Amino acid sequence: MNINLTIIGQAIAFAIFVVFCMKYVWPPITAALAERKKKIAEGLDAAERAARDLHLAQQKAAADMRESKEQAAAIIEQANKRANQIIDEAKEQAREEAERVKAAAQAEIEQEANRAKEALRAQVAVLAVAGAEKILEASIDEQAHAQLVEKLAAEL
Amino acid sequence: MASGTVTSSEYISHHLTNLTFGYHEKTDSWRFVNTDPAHGELALPQEFGFWAINVDTLLWSVGLGVFFLWFFSKIAKRVTAGVPGNTQNFIETVIEFVDDNVKGIFHYKNPLVAPLSLTVFVWIFLMNAMDLVPVDWLPYIAGQMGLGYMKVVPTTDVNATGGMAISVFGLIVYYSIKQKGLGGFLKELSFQPLPKIFLPFNLFLEVVGLLAKPVSLALRLFGNMYAGEMIFILIALLPFWMQWVLSVPWAIFHILIITLQAFIFMVLTIVYLAMAHDEH
Repeated sequence: MNINLTIIGQAIAFAIFVVFCMKYVWPPITAALAERKKKIAEGLDAAERAARDLHLAQQKAAADMRESKEQAAAIIEQANKRANQIIDEAKEQAREEAERVKAAAQAEIEQEANRAKEALRAQVAVLAVAGAEKILEASIDEQAHAQLVEKLAAEL
Repeated sequence: MASGTVTSSEYISHHLTNLTFGYHEKTDSWRFVNTDPAHGELALPQEFGFWAINVDTLLWSVGLGVFFLWFFSKIAKRVTAGVPGNTQNFIETVIEFVDDNVKGIFHYKNPLVAPLSLTVFVWIFLMNAMDLVPVDWLPYIAGQMGLGYMKVVPTTDVNATGGMAISVFGLIVYYSIKQKGLGGFLKELSFQPLPKIFLPFNLFLEVVGLLAKPVSLALRLFGNMYAGEMIFILIALLPFWMQWVLSVPWAIFHILIITLQAFIFMVLTIVYLAMAHDEH
């Protein structure tokens, strides 16, 4: 086993080989590894972002739901109120209408009654006079007795 | 080139000799290999017979295997689900690569295949990568420590590649029988490709095909790495100032070879195990 310049020659060759690897073999490998690492990091990032987005969306959906429910409840309440109001108004109107109709009817009845009374009164005066003429068979001063009969008819 | 006291052929044979240890019959002793008469009694590697071990092959392969396990398990223990650190990123890439291959080839449920493939790939890659260390450096250090021989690339030893191939062969046979039963396995060996009447012919053909799997696995890897190592050794015989002219391109080419050979061994392991699971 002799040691000689061969070992120097091999050292030179090895040094060149190592430099070659440093320049042309190592960079593509590390680049590929870095690329892979970047992809994983991006993937994990995206997943995390998606999870966060999902969480936010769920929160927003829940909030929207709550708000919608509140709105719906408010609308229903308002509608109920309005319906009651309408019913009340209708009742009021109906009552007023009924009163109006009743009043008109009463007025009419009164009118009719008055008219009937007037007619009756006129007839009663005539009848009374005729009756009295027949009873007394005498000429009565129509002027004097008309006053009396009218007084009587007015009492009817 | 080596100094005047060492000829080229001595230099080459020295570099291609494993540090074998075992019982040496001629000298009737437990000893290391020695091919140089200047270093005492000769004990040629072929004189040791079967019951000897290549200490350097075992040392480097086990060492690299332990390094692989230590390194990967260390990262695996503090793995995060978030953005991976640089080392974890690297390891994930390797595991993804192996896993993609397994998923592409092996469609059965088997918890062994993916880890096996990862181990095969990384371990063979590391063993092959020892090829890129200048051929004289580690043997020189070993020489200073009193070890006359040191082959640092375990895959240039057919014992190492053969050992792995035999393990794979064992798995092929095990899963063939487990999947199809002994009868099914034998039927597969004897009733195809020709009709049942040609049973001896079929059996011969299929057994040869079965045995060719581990042999081709072992010899392909061994041959490639041995030849590559050989070229490095030959280049080291050039004058020292011009070695880099050939050594550097060859080393750069070897980046491809070591990866490719590790990949081929892994893919073939998966393919053979998938075939063992297939019903024919």
